[in-house]
Amino acid sequence: MDEPLNLVLFSGTDDKLQAAAVLTAGAAALGKPVNIFLQYWALDAFRADRIGRDHGLAPEAGPSGRAAVDALAEAGQASWADTLRQAKDLGGVDIEACSLSMDLLHIEQDDLDPLVDGVEGVTAFYLNAGEGQVVFI
Amino acid sequence: MPLIEVETTVDARNLSCPMPIVKTAQAMKTLAGGTIVEVLATDPGSTRDFVAWCKSTGNELVDQSSDGAVYRFVIRRK
Repeated sequence: MDEPLNLVLFSGTDDKLQAAAVLTAGAAALGKPVNIFLQYWALDAFRADRIGRDHGLAPEAGPSGRAAVDALAEAGQASWADTLRQAKDLGGVDIEACSLSMDLLHIEQDDLDPLVDGVEGVTAFYLNAGEGQVVFI
Repeated sequence: MPLIEVETTVDARNLSCPMPIVKTAQAMKTLAGGTIVEVLATDPGSTRDFVAWCKSTGNELVDQSSDGAVYRFVIRRK
């Protein structure tokens, strides 16, 4: 339980980010540290002016997937951003933006939601990852 | 089994995974060791989740029951 869970988030759709948030919250509730590394479209979804918007779903969701996701949201399920905030509240969750992706998307740290703790490169990410698993979403 | 007096309740009814566990973990942070906590949940996965969470975190699952709709977990904070 002491090795961190390391999540590399690449996809920026709401379903994949929600899946990542659930994995993060579950680990945090067990006292397991979590390191999140935001790349590409996942990083884009964390822009302060976009984080609350509809980021769509993976193509495999289709119309029935859309309806299912909407139904759960209607029933009061927290957004992925809120789930991550709750997970951070428990402690041990660190969210970093990939500096290469910051360049790609022309983003400054000020453009990002406060959920993002900082910017780092892949080397720092690996160092912090230790012997923990690295999961790519 | 002897009557256990619940000191505080975490109402996680109508919250889906992982919120029942997250809410419980959040509550535990504010409570003194030995406190008896009751958790109410409707998420079907919560039965296995709470057994696993208690085992992993060292909090004691004192009792669990269900009335068909609501699951009730009584946990002694470590």
